[in-house]
Amino acid sequence: MADPMKIRAQMKGEIADIRVLMSHPMDTGQVKDAKTGQIIPAHFIQQVNVSVGGKVVVEGQIGAAVSRNPVFGFKVKGAKAGDKVVVSWTDNKGDKRSDETVIA
Amino acid sequence: MDIRKALPTALACALLGLAVSAQADEPGSQAMAMIKADFKPHGMAGLDRLVEDGVQAVCNRSDNKPPQAIAQRLQQDQLADIKYPADGKLLGDWRAGEKIAQSGNGFTWTDKPGVPAGGNCYNCHQIAPQELSFGSIGPSLYHYGKNFGNKPEVQKYVYDKIYNAKATVLCSTMPRFGHVGALNEQQIKDLVALLLDPASPVNK
Amino acid sequence: MKRILLLCAAGAAVAAFPAVAKDAATAEFEKFRDVLEADNPAELFEMKGEELWKTKRGPNNASLEKCDLGLGPGVVKGAYVQMPRYFADVGKVMDAERRIVYCMVSLQGFKAEDIARQPFSSQTHTPDQTAIVTYVAGQSRNMKFAVPMNRPEMRETYEIGKEIAAFRAGPYDFACNSCHGEDGKRIRMQELSNISTHEGASKSVQGWPGYRMTGGVMLTLQWRMTDCFRQQRFPEPKYLSDTITALITYMSANAQGSLYKGPGIKR
Repeated sequence: MADPMKIRAQMKGEIADIRVLMSHPMDTGQVKDAKTGQIIPAHFIQQVNVSVGGKVVVEGQIGAAVSRNPVFGFKVKGAKAGDKVVVSWTDNKGDKRSDETVIA
Repeated sequence: MDIRKALPTALACALLGLAVSAQADEPGSQAMAMIKADFKPHGMAGLDRLVEDGVQAVCNRSDNKPPQAIAQRLQQDQLADIKYPADGKLLGDWRAGEKIAQSGNGFTWTDKPGVPAGGNCYNCHQIAPQELSFGSIGPSLYHYGKNFGNKPEVQKYVYDKIYNAKATVLCSTMPRFGHVGALNEQQIKDLVALLLDPASPVNK
Repeated sequence: MKRILLLCAAGAAVAAFPAVAKDAATAEFEKFRDVLEADNPAELFEMKGEELWKTKRGPNNASLEKCDLGLGPGVVKGAYVQMPRYFADVGKVMDAERRIVYCMVSLQGFKAEDIARQPFSSQTHTPDQTAIVTYVAGQSRNMKFAVPMNRPEMRETYEIGKEIAAFRAGPYDFACNSCHGEDGKRIRMQELSNISTHEGASKSVQGWPGYRMTGGVMLTLQWRMTDCFRQQRFPEPKYLSDTITALITYMSANAQGSLYKGPGIKR
């Protein structure tokens, strides 16, 4: 079970500023474990979706080049305080995680 | 590794005890007992490393300010321990010296035994002007040969300093690279050349 | 120390050009850190740690909510900046990580040997106590260091820490103070704090636990101290030893009164 994300969402003027911290190893599959010498198998987020107020605003595909425990920021027009923000991801092993917050 | 060549600790402490007898209740004894209990060997770093040699004991108990008479006597012992090349030549290859000066390898518990140690020189000193990432714990050595020349006595001074910095300043912060076997004779010669060879970038 | 440097300087050339005050890489990283501080991945570990603190776990199926970090059972707010402290229940001075592990052992029934086997984060593993320390530290964000030095045990531990910081040994004759005993020194481009001063000690305890960008791992002050001994060419300190607690006490007391900004982010 993946660890929760940390999501912050607040209105800055007309624009909703959404920032997401994800807990994920983002292993590239090209690094050896320093202790065992074994390759650490690839394990990374492939798909990131964000919806605001029930409307999908981001459908993103990312890869192994993104750092461990990645941080994402989105600016969304047309949202308002009180809208529900749902962020979800799926990784290459099929693990999923979805968390939500409300725009402040 | 032989770091026990210096005056035995007990004797050194006795010497110091005579000189600074005011400190009868030896400071640091609780700290020493704690250290003794709290470490474990790891890789090449064994518990023997926690046993002070004479120089360390004197510096530890005098806050690195030993009485002059003791300092002189111990410095002489350190000086007498320095081994020189059989052919008497102290200038090696400055290019090899630059590589040694760059390397900070050696002696930690994650270092592999058998891999030659580096000189760690740039960690603390400015040396060749091309290297901008240099430390400041020791003085700048840029233009060393240009300022002091490379006569035999200067070569010997530099060789001695790298081999055993405690032979000139007993409680110097600088390690005793030759004395503890971190750097071999050829490596020290190469470092002497880095500082003194007129062709070295240090002296351009 | 001054005298030694003067003697060294007498035999050496004068710098032909001034040392770079602050290298470009450090300046760039500081900008980067400013941007990232709002989104420090350390917060993920705070969340994880909070969950671990509140969840019933271990052979005793207990949470840590009865753990006394010095302010009473379960009180986390402000506890980090008031440790190390003397804990009468064990008759020992303990720093935050040590106390937390003590609670994991005494309340939850985990085995100290198991915890000590892999005490610090690696690329593939973050120990539970690292996350818990990060949570506890986060609960002292923007509070001032207020280590309870009124206890005689604390003052004694402080003095021992001060002595350990000065103890030179090993193949390179290094003590903590060889690098951290003077103002304004660097190793390569890394600026070194002088732990004997208020300002230097504050810099040293600030930012721990810290998220290290290189490798993306969460590391504690205990880890930092252990790695210093590695670089000092000493053998390895046992996990949660009196020696490390004494050094942390020395530094934290010297940092007394400075504002703790919470878990940090490191290069």
